[in-house]
Amino acid sequence: MQATVALAGNPNSGKTTLFNELTGARQHVGNYPGVTVEKKEGTYTHKDFTLHIVDLPGTYSLTAYSLEEVVARDYLVNEKPEVVINIVDSSNLERNLYLAVQFLEMGIPVCIALNMMDVAKKRGIEINAEKLSTLLGVPVVPTIARTGKGKQELMESAAHIVRDHKEFGALKISYGDDVDQAMLDMEKEIEANNFMTDTYPARWVALKYMEKDEQIVNQGEKINPDLAARLEERVKKVSRHLLNTLDTYPEAMIADQRYGYIKSILKQGVIFQKYDQNRLYSSDKIDKVLTNRFLGPLFMLAVIAGLFHLVFTYSAVPVGWLESLFGWIGHGLYTILPDGLLRSLIVSGIINGVGGVLGFVPLIMFMFFGIAFLEDSGYLARVAFMLDRVFRIFGLHGSSVMAFIVSGGIAGGCAVPGVMATRTLKSPRERMATLLTVPFMNCGAKLPVFALLIAAFFARYEAAIMFAITLGAWAGALLVAKLLRVTVIKGASTPFVMELPPYRMPTFKGLAIHTWERTWQYIKKAGTVILGFSIILWAMMTFPMLPESRIEEFESSRQSMLVSAPAPVSGELKNADEKIALSGAALKLKEQLQSIDYAEAEAGLRYSAAGQIGTALESVSQWAGFDWRTNIALLGGFAAKEVMVSTLGTAYSLGEIDPEASGPLSEKLAQDPGWSPLMALGLIVFTMFYAPCFVSVVCISKESGSWKWGAFAIIFNTLFAFGLAVLIFQTGSALGVLVN
Amino acid sequence: MRMNLRQMNDNQAGTIASIKVAGDLGQRMREMGLVPGTEIRIQGRAPLYDPVALRVRGATLTLRNNEADFIEVEVKE
Repeated sequence: MQATVALAGNPNSGKTTLFNELTGARQHVGNYPGVTVEKKEGTYTHKDFTLHIVDLPGTYSLTAYSLEEVVARDYLVNEKPEVVINIVDSSNLERNLYLAVQFLEMGIPVCIALNMMDVAKKRGIEINAEKLSTLLGVPVVPTIARTGKGKQELMESAAHIVRDHKEFGALKISYGDDVDQAMLDMEKEIEANNFMTDTYPARWVALKYMEKDEQIVNQGEKINPDLAARLEERVKKVSRHLLNTLDTYPEAMIADQRYGYIKSILKQGVIFQKYDQNRLYSSDKIDKVLTNRFLGPLFMLAVIAGLFHLVFTYSAVPVGWLESLFGWIGHGLYTILPDGLLRSLIVSGIINGVGGVLGFVPLIMFMFFGIAFLEDSGYLARVAFMLDRVFRIFGLHGSSVMAFIVSGGIAGGCAVPGVMATRTLKSPRERMATLLTVPFMNCGAKLPVFALLIAAFFARYEAAIMFAITLGAWAGALLVAKLLRVTVIKGASTPFVMELPPYRMPTFKGLAIHTWERTWQYIKKAGTVILGFSIILWAMMTFPMLPESRIEEFESSRQSMLVSAPAPVSGELKNADEKIALSGAALKLKEQLQSIDYAEAEAGLRYSAAGQIGTALESVSQWAGFDWRTNIALLGGFAAKEVMVSTLGTAYSLGEIDPEASGPLSEKLAQDPGWSPLMALGLIVFTMFYAPCFVSVVCISKESGSWKWGAFAIIFNTLFAFGLAVLIFQTGSALGVLVN
Repeated sequence: MRMNLRQMNDNQAGTIASIKVAGDLGQRMREMGLVPGTEIRIQGRAPLYDPVALRVRGATLTLRNNEADFIEVEVKE
């Protein structure tokens, strides 16, 4: 026997833990069609049945207010799973049954998993599962998802429902005389007109009209505008009446009656509580310290700094391994392949591109492990609680902080895991504003650029400038977030009504599965696109190649240098062995030849498409004092910010500059008349704020669900950064500050 | 005595008398268990005195102060 089972339940009810326990590693993660809400699927196989399990998003209700709720509801209605398993937290039964009642109102086959029986027991709560099952008319199975206890019974009970083809009539609760009467009338009209009855039960449509459910009301208007208008009029009449007589709304009345129904069930000997239900438990005592006015923020700082340190220190080792591995492969191919375009494409385009993508993998794994730990333990909700007041000023949410920190709120992060970390945010507008502004933080790749410019122009003020850069990034990100929230993503803030779940020790299995999912998604989704991008960027910096005549010029000047040198010296260089040190004269000749190579590389870069774009942009970029070399470096920085350093090196005929050792380049810049401290300052600010690297852009597009937002990030950020750089350069020039 | 939830002190308990807000926020509050007749107790406030944390039906919920403004509570003397 085969059947589809949907897992539904409140957030924090142990739904994900149960899903992991049931499906183990046999899960598949995707998205629900058209939205960014995650859809997890897996299979559970037992002796004689196989159940296809779909994990619905965690919700408290089935209204149309959040994307998660609409997705869960649509799935139940359109896909019609054979059974819905509703996981409820036994230690919080009353609140959790609110969702269960709504499933029963829909009249779909439900089986209740009474989860966390162990926690309930510890809290002095005893539940009579059989009695609950009789009263609700659906199977109720006690489980402990963390240990897997009861999962087999649960699955058998689900299989039973499928085998027996048991009919589930919709639960009819009285919502008070006025609402009831109106709903009866509406139900009749709905049935008589077959109004959406192919998809939903008539009573349920009436109920949703009564709750002023946006999705259903909009659908109704399209299907049968006349009837829809009549139904809406009927609801308005009841609303007016309720407001005049009882000072309430129909949807409030309905909620009241649902809780009343739940209470009446629980009172019939279902639940026995030893203590007052609002008594404090150890988790609340921990909160007395961890959200304390003084200790709370201190502990939070320590946790954030600790996470950051852990992630970036420990991931440095595997990142190093990957870098050496790709360096080794690149070098190997470089020696094997003949000189030419193919070698350049494979080594500079493909290997560097793939290496760039995979280089982030350990970072992402560590970061998500850390964040999953904070989230599953319940601490992340406390962080949001403590910081909400600050972030709300800028139109963000308390939970935004993690994404900012990860992206480089403490200099040296990375925007890629930062953008992905915005998934912990449940408020759509706040999440969007966060993911668009996290790239302003100072990621590890921008640091070599800052180091280069500071060493060249502000060596004495290094610490002060670095501090100012960090503060500037925060100020810029928060202000832009505010700007976005009053313009392109404007709208009221999402209600903060949030649960502070009890502290729990996360399970290793849960953390591992979560981490792996995120990492694999990154590799799979970003990998292909990024590879394509890096090949394009390589091509732009390679083609068109210098015309034959120019290449010959460089070749002939090399030849003439070799010829003019004394025969023993050039002979020594020709037959040189890597292991034997060259004599002084030969070394000098080698350097001279190298300088011609570098000059050729510079000429080639300038002649390439990227170089021509950089030169063409000079007419605009001169407003900020940037010449073609800087422009081209900024273009290269789109691949990864630290590429700016090596590109500048090539553009200044210094060959490839190692971002970690940019001493010669910084000397060159300091002496170059085209540069001034003012321009360097403008460039620092530009680097902070301009287009995110394309790995980030790909992630922004994926996370926001649209390439439009990726394009927005490129264009808006670049214009914003350019505005600031021009402002700095022009004001400084006019005032004569920092000009030399 | 009736008072606004925002004015309640830490650890003060009471019963929700009314919630005067429709739309998204009203629905959120209801589905999290905040309906008239529910017993609540103020558990504490964030370091900047906002949001506020309350005990409701054996769980801890948080609300911003401007959201708490819609809730009137009957407080025991």
